[in-house]
Amino acid sequence: MTQKPLLEVEGLKTYFYLDNDLVAKAVDGVDFSIAPGETLAIVGESGSGKSITSLSIMQLINKPGRIIEGTIHLHNENLLTKSGKQMTKIRGNDIAMIFQEPMTALNPVYTIGNQIIETLRKHKKYTKQVAREKAIELLKLVGFPRAEQIMNEYPHQLSGGMRQRAMIAMAISCEPKLLIADEPSTALDVTIQAQILDLLQEMKERLDMSILLITHDLGVVAEYADRVLVMYGGQVVEETSVENLFEHTKHPYTNGLLDSLPSLEKEVKRLGAIRGTVPPAHSFPKGCRFSDRCPHVMDQCYGSNPDLLSIEPNHKVRCYLYD
Amino acid sequence: MYKYIIRRILVFIPMLFALTIIVFGLSQLAPGDALTGKSLADPNVDPEVYEQQREALGLNDPIYVQYWRWISSAAQGDFGDSLIFNGRTVAQLIEDRIANTLYLGLFSLAITIIVAIPIGIYSARKPYSLLDYGATGFGFLGLAIPNFFFGLIAIYVLSINLGWFPSQGTLSTPGITGFEAFVDRIHHMVLPGITLGLAGTATYMRYMRSEVLDVLGSDYIRTARAKGMSDSNVLYKHTLRNALIPIITLMGFEIGVLLSGAVITEQVFQYPGLGTLFLSSVVNRDFPVVMAIAMILGVLILVGNLIADILYSIVDPRIRYD
Repeated sequence: MTQKPLLEVEGLKTYFYLDNDLVAKAVDGVDFSIAPGETLAIVGESGSGKSITSLSIMQLINKPGRIIEGTIHLHNENLLTKSGKQMTKIRGNDIAMIFQEPMTALNPVYTIGNQIIETLRKHKKYTKQVAREKAIELLKLVGFPRAEQIMNEYPHQLSGGMRQRAMIAMAISCEPKLLIADEPSTALDVTIQAQILDLLQEMKERLDMSILLITHDLGVVAEYADRVLVMYGGQVVEETSVENLFEHTKHPYTNGLLDSLPSLEKEVKRLGAIRGTVPPAHSFPKGCRFSDRCPHVMDQCYGSNPDLLSIEPNHKVRCYLYD
Repeated sequence: MYKYIIRRILVFIPMLFALTIIVFGLSQLAPGDALTGKSLADPNVDPEVYEQQREALGLNDPIYVQYWRWISSAAQGDFGDSLIFNGRTVAQLIEDRIANTLYLGLFSLAITIIVAIPIGIYSARKPYSLLDYGATGFGFLGLAIPNFFFGLIAIYVLSINLGWFPSQGTLSTPGITGFEAFVDRIHHMVLPGITLGLAGTATYMRYMRSEVLDVLGSDYIRTARAKGMSDSNVLYKHTLRNALIPIITLMGFEIGVLLSGAVITEQVFQYPGLGTLFLSSVVNRDFPVVMAIAMILGVLILVGNLIADILYSIVDPRIRYD
């Protein structure tokens, strides 16, 4: 791909300074880029730093967290040099975000219409009337047949799937170039999950957006993503196209994730599991961060952390097995 | 909604009825009556005279007869005559005082809200800042100091030593009217108002701080920020309304707290309100007055709670009474 990337993240480090002088390195030197119109998935277990990465792009990291290093370029403009006020013009307008919990992500005391209209009025400077019409249009677009009625309803009157649709309507209201979807389907019923992801895909094509899809569901990755970033311990451990990831898996961690997926073709007695849990971000092992859980661990792995290296075109891995 | 309000008001009736029994029962349980103190004070009067008076006032009738007499006339708005203030009805006595107490309560509530809510918000936005620690310290102090003690200190420092505020009464010159009287009244209410509102201010400040902190950490605030809303919009539109929901519930109870607090505070400041009347009536065993005031307080508390519930449903769309 020689196309100019839409978003380019380099050397991003987001640390949390905890009370007892510990530093949680939630995101520790992450590089990636997203091309226009591309869907990039970030996968990893809970605690791998994928959500913090996305929140860092939005600069919505709360204390005691801080982005301490790196650059985030959107269209050649470094977002990290922007003031708080400038960022409010970018959030919701150039980059929008939807969240995992549709039940709590909408403000319970305002109507759906009110919450969409305020976004439109902030970024597009529409009059109330125009914003209202546009909001109804958006709700129809995301699949509400009775959009006018939904405008006056409160979040608690909608189901989880409907709320997530409303969130999507709100997120795409200003036609962002990049949509960050942080586990958009995790909290929903399985049947609704597919509907929501299909809707995202449809909106992406219609608006020519890029999507940064944060998920731990490799099934979702296979279906909707173009490229994949596998994160572990605040770092990228493997980066490649979706086809490569499933067919030429390199990193032992990715392998472990794939083994833990049930499959229709292979009959296995017991699903694979990665032993142990993700280490807390303030006390990673000294060498490779996956070393204490890795089935292929070598002496070298305890000494130092391997670098993320290109082993093939479009395939990067952080593992000594491929040195 | 209207149905709900009507239903709630209908529920008042049995509650008030229960209240009459409690109030009347307690007044009967209290030792002595309005004439007991007098016979001690004036040994020259033949105790036989007092006994005759008791008979005349019906104080020797069986309890249920007395109760029925009281409640049947009270239901018609007649609380009888005071036993201490000769020739004055209970209604007249209360009429003279009730406005003063309501002004004081409202004034104190206004101080509480004006002080507690902004400071609570600030503390939540800048937790662990100097002002937050100051507010926390003040909060503990405010809750720990008894009303009457704070009132005495306030009189000593602000009234006697500094002379900034009057220490008692409602007006310094009787007979003044209009704006002048209004300002003078406010001036007289400052010390009792602060004293009365002290504990409430401390409580609301702490509540507001924790509510705002809670809401600021919620998902929908993150959504609002992710939409590009400015800080002030996030605070005043998205945070405040959610944070005020539990505060409103508390406000309903606050009316009762203020009125009962007024009994002590008014005494300290010799403020001619229901509180001082109540206390002196209790001391003099002037039970018709005591019972009437207790009933009025009961009604006000019930109404306060109803208002809080109505406000609650207005602020929070999830609460619908139908």
